[in-house]
Amino acid sequence: MNWIVNNTGLIVELTLLHLRLSILPIVLGFLIAIPLGWLAWRYRLTKGILLTVVSVLYTVPSLALLILLPGIVGYPLISNTNLTVALTIYAVALMTRSAADGFAAVDQDVRQSATALGYSGLGRFFAVEFPLAGPVLLAGLRVVAVSTVSLITVGVLVGIQSLGYLFTNGLQRFIFAEILTGIVMVVLIALVLDRLLVLIGRVLMPWTRTGTRAARRVQLTVPAAG
Amino acid sequence: MLFADAFAWLFSPDAAGIPVRIVQHLAYTLIALGVSSAIAIPIGYWIGHTGRGRDIAVGLSGAARALPSLGLITILALLVSTRQAILAGAYSGLQSIDRRTIDAARAQGMTEWQILRQVEIPLGLPLLVGGLRNAALQVVATATLAAYITLGGLGGPILAAIPNRRFDIMLGTSLVLILLAIALDAVFALLERVAVPKGVALQRRGARPQRLRPRPTRSGTAVGSPTT
Repeated sequence: MNWIVNNTGLIVELTLLHLRLSILPIVLGFLIAIPLGWLAWRYRLTKGILLTVVSVLYTVPSLALLILLPGIVGYPLISNTNLTVALTIYAVALMTRSAADGFAAVDQDVRQSATALGYSGLGRFFAVEFPLAGPVLLAGLRVVAVSTVSLITVGVLVGIQSLGYLFTNGLQRFIFAEILTGIVMVVLIALVLDRLLVLIGRVLMPWTRTGTRAARRVQLTVPAAG
Repeated sequence: MLFADAFAWLFSPDAAGIPVRIVQHLAYTLIALGVSSAIAIPIGYWIGHTGRGRDIAVGLSGAARALPSLGLITILALLVSTRQAILAGAYSGLQSIDRRTIDAARAQGMTEWQILRQVEIPLGLPLLVGGLRNAALQVVATATLAAYITLGGLGGPILAAIPNRRFDIMLGTSLVLILLAIALDAVFALLERVAVPKGVALQRRGARPQRLRPRPTRSGTAVGSPTT
């Protein structure tokens, strides 16, 4: 307990840093995965290719990816860019499948009705398909958010600061309270982001307010993060 | 020429320990999978068969995902993170079965135990293997981090090389690790196919092959009925 009282400043600082590092990969992952997911849903050829590529990307262990990327792209190993790119890749890998599932879950009859009403192309996408895929997209995004927050801690092993520092430092100095604080803060950030996403979902998709449990259930079937 | 250096290191005598490390890594993975399965599969089947405790299972799966694997570096950590994937596989495997099939089995006079063993487990097997596949991926990654304490497995050389800036060792070992993960995933993908019961496979022949992983049902869409 003493440790927490004496290190409040460090905990707050690392928590804010952790939160800041989490946001960009989640947002970028979502924005990149939507068009990819649409492509994966729309054409059989792209579906096969895209879903294979994302599942292989998802297979790559996090520490290996953090080391592999600087080798390929050439930016420094110890940089926020490295962590952001790696976590965006995981976010895209998770989210593309969700997005493809989301667009597939839009009722074909509704799509045809929209076409009959004169919607086409992008207009139909933004006015009909995207909102109706919303609950499944949200379920996917929640998984992405939580797994991103948890994966950021891995960065500390190559020297990128985050709440993960509390784990390595606590393990080296055998301060159990420090490790536990790290775990609790990471879970807390994940929970806050998750609640926030649910709230945004309720505001943007008022028609789902009665059916949120159904959307939540989809979450169970999405692969877990590693 | 980072990659050339990495390969040069991999094929040099310095990397002689790598095969042993691969075996170690695989051993960690299989032990963790075995122990988690022994805990998670019975619970998952119980939830799937009785339908009780479903909300708890769904809620826990979200919470477990948030747990940072690095913070939980113990063998326990491997178990916590994998258990959920396996439990979800066991549970959703039973959940995906057409209720009419189970009702039909009951109408034939099968006992609950017979229904579970002869109907639900075989039909839910592909999804269970899918859960094991996710869990395996997770363990391979987590076992790498666990090397921070044990220095065993493929994580050892990577973590030992980071302070010394030995990119050749880091990258070379990482490549081996990535190949190991992809190979393991491929084995489980194959098992997922083999796990489809013969009757179901026959039925599907000729028809378009169905996806093994569950799709969101209509209840997951906005236009579906709000009753759950």
